[in-house]
Amino acid sequence: MAAAVQRFLDSDLWWSFRRSPVTVVSAIVALVCILGAVLAPWIAPHNPFDLASLNLSDAFKPPAWDEDGAAEYLLGTDDQGRDVLSAIMYGARVSLLVGLSATIFATVLGVSLGLTAGYAGGHVDSVLMRICDIQLTFPSILVALLVDGVVRAVLPREVHDQIALFVVIFAIGISEWPKFARTVRGSTLVERNKEYVQAARVIGVPSLRIMFSHVLPNVIGPILVVATLNLGLAILSEATLSFLGVGVPPTQPSLGTLIRIGNDFLFSGEWWITIFPGVALIAMVLSVNLLGDWLRDALNPKLR
Amino acid sequence: MSNVAPLLQVKNLRVEFPTRRGTLVALDDVSFDIAPGEVLGVVGESGAGKSMTGAAIIGLLEPPGRIAKGEILLGGRRIDNLRYEEMRRIRGKEIGAIFQDPLTTLNPLYTVGRQLAETMTTHLPIGPGEARKRAIEWLEMVGIPAAAQRIDSYPHEFSGGMRQRVVIALALCAEPRLIVADEPTTALDVSIQAQVIALLKRLAREKGTAMMLVTHDMGVIAETADRVAVMYAGRVAEIGPVREVVKHANHPYSAGLMASIPPLDRRVERLAQIDGAMPRLSAIPKGCAYNPRCPQVFDKCRTYRPDLINAGTTQAACWLYDTEAPRG
Amino acid sequence: MADPVPMLEARDLARHFDVSRPFLQRLLAREERRTLRAVDGISFTIPKGTTLSLVGESGCGKSTVARLSVGLYGPTAGSVRFEGRDLAEARSLADQRRRMQMIFQDPYASLNPRWRVKNIIAEPIHAFGLVKSKGEEENRVAELLTQVGLSPLDGEKFPHEFSGGQRQRISIARALSSNPEFLVCDEPTSALDVSVQAQILNLMKELQQRLGLTYLFISHNLAVVRQISDRIGVMYLGRLAELAPAESLFKRPRHPYTRALMEAIPDLDMTGRERIPVGGEVPSPITPPSGCAFHPRCPLANERCKRERPEMKPAGDAMVACHAVEEGRDDAMPMPAIARTAA
Repeated sequence: MAAAVQRFLDSDLWWSFRRSPVTVVSAIVALVCILGAVLAPWIAPHNPFDLASLNLSDAFKPPAWDEDGAAEYLLGTDDQGRDVLSAIMYGARVSLLVGLSATIFATVLGVSLGLTAGYAGGHVDSVLMRICDIQLTFPSILVALLVDGVVRAVLPREVHDQIALFVVIFAIGISEWPKFARTVRGSTLVERNKEYVQAARVIGVPSLRIMFSHVLPNVIGPILVVATLNLGLAILSEATLSFLGVGVPPTQPSLGTLIRIGNDFLFSGEWWITIFPGVALIAMVLSVNLLGDWLRDALNPKLR
Repeated sequence: MSNVAPLLQVKNLRVEFPTRRGTLVALDDVSFDIAPGEVLGVVGESGAGKSMTGAAIIGLLEPPGRIAKGEILLGGRRIDNLRYEEMRRIRGKEIGAIFQDPLTTLNPLYTVGRQLAETMTTHLPIGPGEARKRAIEWLEMVGIPAAAQRIDSYPHEFSGGMRQRVVIALALCAEPRLIVADEPTTALDVSIQAQVIALLKRLAREKGTAMMLVTHDMGVIAETADRVAVMYAGRVAEIGPVREVVKHANHPYSAGLMASIPPLDRRVERLAQIDGAMPRLSAIPKGCAYNPRCPQVFDKCRTYRPDLINAGTTQAACWLYDTEAPRG
Repeated sequence: MADPVPMLEARDLARHFDVSRPFLQRLLAREERRTLRAVDGISFTIPKGTTLSLVGESGCGKSTVARLSVGLYGPTAGSVRFEGRDLAEARSLADQRRRMQMIFQDPYASLNPRWRVKNIIAEPIHAFGLVKSKGEEENRVAELLTQVGLSPLDGEKFPHEFSGGQRQRISIARALSSNPEFLVCDEPTSALDVSVQAQILNLMKELQQRLGLTYLFISHNLAVVRQISDRIGVMYLGRLAELAPAESLFKRPRHPYTRALMEAIPDLDMTGRERIPVGGEVPSPITPPSGCAFHPRCPLANERCKRERPEMKPAGDAMVACHAVEEGRDDAMPMPAIARTAA
């Protein structure tokens, strides 16, 4: 373990990371966002879902630095008297959960199909890639809306509310997998013809094992990059869906839900209810994207 | 050749690559001359620094590589410290470059005729009409059949061997005084290789062009070069007339290298081999870089680094030829 | 040829590749299907314990033959028999597959960069279940590393920590780890420096003597081939031009292409011999010339050569596919200088 840590500290990846201030700042911002989200139940100043603790007289409190603000509510409160900071932390938790799950779903699906298409070639490849092409002609939001709509129409309301989170994850994941499949297929086509794969074929190693133990470890770099960049996109997609009201259930508000709710008060002067969740969303997505950009450059030997 | 002023002089050239694990010295104390009309072959194993020497001369060192010490003079004028624009002009006009892969030199979007003509109008006092006429002549000269028709073809329409001929024409058409050719025939088949080498040799002789020919193919050197420099771990191990270096090398490394070439005219039970491998740039041994592999190593080799000294017929960087301090 | 059953026998072996553009593009451009005849009907046998080399220029199909011989490709026509058994059938049996291995050209692409050397070498051991315990496997890997001139400690490292020559040694260790009897070597030294090439060639010869291996050796370098072969086949555009015992090929090359190839090799001894280039270009195997594929470049070509494809016919101890040799017209082309000095 210590050796692994040492290897990482010696690696080019760590070196290029430390050399880029933008990346370091992004990493810190991302870390703060993630920690705040993950640890929300323990570190958030209030529990916005504990109805007992809500007090309507605290509604519409501006941020703490405003003369009408209260120190107790750093970023102010919303129309129900909920603490905006705590709501953001809990909301980021939902956003992150959906974003991560959707990305993992898209990665697993896309990588499996991409590996299969690239390694098998021929008709399997043609069919899978045409499906990709068709999928890519639909904007992901449209796909997500479609899936969501179908599920809503098919399932009774109470069931739908229970599985709404999974519907969003599925909807976003299904619209993102072609990117993974294409990336993986491209790298697989290159790796497949390399001689180490042929050496394994001469021995008679089964195709599935060649794909996962030989090819996959060598195409993982680009996948990581796409996955990181995609995480930001997935969080945004979720926010968009929630903003449009077809995303996560209202009982589990995400950043998108918060922005939508706050949007109603934007022009009546209570700007903080929507701006702060927006800033949090931007910080999270931007930092993740910048990390993705760095990863892409760091893993590209031509730019090093 | 000693009474002719050298065209190219490389003096104590040192090229460094700063990396995060410290500075790597890729070339160290490399010195040689090339006279007008002379062909200097530069041989050595991959990583010995032969291509890097060529790149330093034409001012195309890959970053972060840089010349840390020494001078490069072309016709008595220093060219190692020129700005990019000035160097670019010299590269077309006075130094022609030929690389292993012709596709890196040719622009895939322009016809070969346009590329040739543009090179000539940029560097020679001629107009476009004259340039086109000469472009056809050049294509004929390098042995491209039906040159007048093929002048308007794009690079991808030529085969590998033909493309390399176009590159040769491109390198020579501005009538440079020096050609730096880096593995010009390595990507070609034997039967085509011979054609290209013969062509290069003939043109260089006819035009009196000097040439630095970098290759790992000793056969190509033997039939083309006048003198040979053998490089090892970023330094010149031996330099001298081609016949002497190929047949009676003085440096133990050159001797080992020549002996390890499989002979064509007989079968031997066991080929002569040099054990071990050339050191990495990050782990060049103290003293003579070759000492861990050298069959004739003695104490001094492990501590002190030899410079090129007179070894009779050639110059060798080897303590065996140090007359002042007897070995031991 | 004392052994009646050769290690490998190829009969009228052919492999074509479809290099047409995708269906839709082809339809729009009204193109025909295009077939690359990489290997177009060749026959040879390799007796046990001997080396057959195939030489030729790039695109002559020699690497395709190598891949056909271990079953990486299936033949379009003809057959490959491994010790008398059809290759596809032999490859379906693990204990037969174990007996054939391959060494590749590019030492940088032939080892999985993400695997430790010990795991690379142990892959065939695993695949064929050749050891019973982890300890036994470690011993075997250490033994193999020593056998190819590396240290057992090298097993812990990754491929990028080695030079090209050392990597090729690792490739050889991997190939030997299943105790094979037949090794296909596809240009194993052409990516290496000359001093390292000598190391690898010596190692391969040594291993052949010690382990009684049979080699199919692919190379473009005649000098290398002379050092290692018992018999040599010269290939041109997917066909064999000449197949002869090694010494006989160099003492008396018969096919005009063989002679031209020898004449084109640079003269290291500087005897003052001018090398005579073979004129013209290697034609495309998609649109090979009619008749004898070499006729556009051949000084002995006549009407018959343009029309009729020559078959392999015995000439002395060699087999030659040439009308001129068959008709006795080949004296018009002088023997290459190498053959003259050797004789």
